Amino acid sequence: MNGLKSLRGSAAIAGVATFGCGEAPGYSDMELLANAARAAVADAGLKMSDIDGLCTASGAATMWAMPVVEYLGIRPSYIDGTMIGGSSFIAHLLPAMQALQSGQCNAVLVCYGSAQRTATFGRREVVASRRFLDPQPYETPYEPMQPLSAYALAASRHMHEFGTTRRQLAEVAVAARGWAQRNPEAFMREPLSIDEVLGARMVCDPLTVRDSCLVTDGGGAYVLVRADRARDLPNPPVYVLGNGTAVWNRQISSMHDLTVTAARDSGRAAFAMAGLAPKDIDVVQLYDAFTINVLLFLEDLGFCAKGEGGAFVEGGAIGPGGRLPVNTNGGGLSCVHPGMYGIFALIEAVRQLRGAGGERQVAGVKTALAHGNGGTLSSQSTAVLGLEETL
Amino acid sequence: MNPPTLLDSEGGVLARHQAALNEGRFLIQRCSSCARAVYFPRELCPHCGHAELAWVHPAGTGTVYAVTTVRRKLEAGGDCNVSLIDLDEGVRLMSRVEGVPSGDVRIGQRVQARVVQQNGQGLVVFDLLAAEGAGA
Repeated sequence: MNGLKSLRGSAAIAGVATFGCGEAPGYSDMELLANAARAAVADAGLKMSDIDGLCTASGAATMWAMPVVEYLGIRPSYIDGTMIGGSSFIAHLLPAMQALQSGQCNAVLVCYGSAQRTATFGRREVVASRRFLDPQPYETPYEPMQPLSAYALAASRHMHEFGTTRRQLAEVAVAARGWAQRNPEAFMREPLSIDEVLGARMVCDPLTVRDSCLVTDGGGAYVLVRADRARDLPNPPVYVLGNGTAVWNRQISSMHDLTVTAARDSGRAAFAMAGLAPKDIDVVQLYDAFTINVLLFLEDLGFCAKGEGGAFVEGGAIGPGGRLPVNTNGGGLSCVHPGMYGIFALIEAVRQLRGAGGERQVAGVKTALAHGNGGTLSSQSTAVLGLEETL
Repeated sequence: MNPPTLLDSEGGVLARHQAALNEGRFLIQRCSSCARAVYFPRELCPHCGHAELAWVHPAGTGTVYAVTTVRRKLEAGGDCNVSLIDLDEGVRLMSRVEGVPSGDVRIGQRVQARVVQQNGQGLVVFDLLAAEGAGA
């Protein structure tokens, strides 16, 4: 771990951008990615020709880095196409820091785009194709509605073991909506009450459609450079203090304990590298594919004890004005969720650290945590970020 | 140098497990080295890495570990139970509990495996074990 500690703060996020979040009819995955990439590079005060490192992943294309290289017209000396679901774009951080530190590259672009909502080949078709390209022969015959059924199974177990209630799960959705109402980029901004979540259409018991993330379009990108270079660029550098990634299983039926995710390991590694603890974190961005995720990750990352996630979020505790600001953009539940959300969690953490959150800005943010989840509670990656004074 | 490993004429463990199910037999594996039960079938033990895994007939009894009901329209097949079942041998699998409305399936209920043929393929499903009663 000493070697990783030496990387603490060695790189910084110098540029971020989103594009086409919500509905972007007529745009392809690549066009959304390219617009976000161009804007992130500009935000960093760089030109596309400065980019010599690329990290990207796609929910559909297995060789996605190649068409992205071609489309952007870059010649990267560092390429990471690791695809572990929605956490990928946070998991890309640590290898990119190592590549920057070794001198393999000087400016890494991490980018994603998906037209999942409006594309003719959308979520339904991707799920159908995956049955052949990436089979799960021990689960598929039972016709789970994935990924939703896996999270519903985890929620059923959490409720059974800890007495967690549907009302506590609903608190997560209501808090996210409260933040979304303060974010002009968020897709769903009308008021939402706990009773409305409880009364919403049940999809996989105990999860309703309002316990579930949106299906939107959107692109997101960020640019990572060495810390010394970041100080010469226009934006206040957002330093990467720690990053950890863990995968324990792919299928929900292979998960040892449905109430404990690999976020326990990814969080421990990220905090160890950062030399910080949950109490030191000012804003928290958690991949909220479903409401149960937030309870699991608050527990596994150490913001509360195992089993106490439900009680922790009660009374608007993670919404605007609550004790811990969580998912300040409105999250995957109310802001944006184009197939894989991880990069948007990281972008929101950077915006909060820059003080660029507008009406939703949390006062005095110096540290932030962004946590990505992938598959069906399968992959977890945690990043701890901070401003200059946290170095 | 290790001697070359021979291919099994019946194919890999996925094919052999399915072939047994198609004949109505539910098999799991047990590691010849660490003696732990293994499911889903592997070519090597996920606990100790050993390559020798023996096929064994599980008792078929188990406990509901987690449960959901997939809400579907009637024309899409209607509501569907999806459960995770812990076999008494110590392995978990996805399956469904039949014979009762999905909403009546509870975590902790004791269940018994049964092999059915679905779309021309053998498949393990479970029934509630009434004699042992509910709750655990």
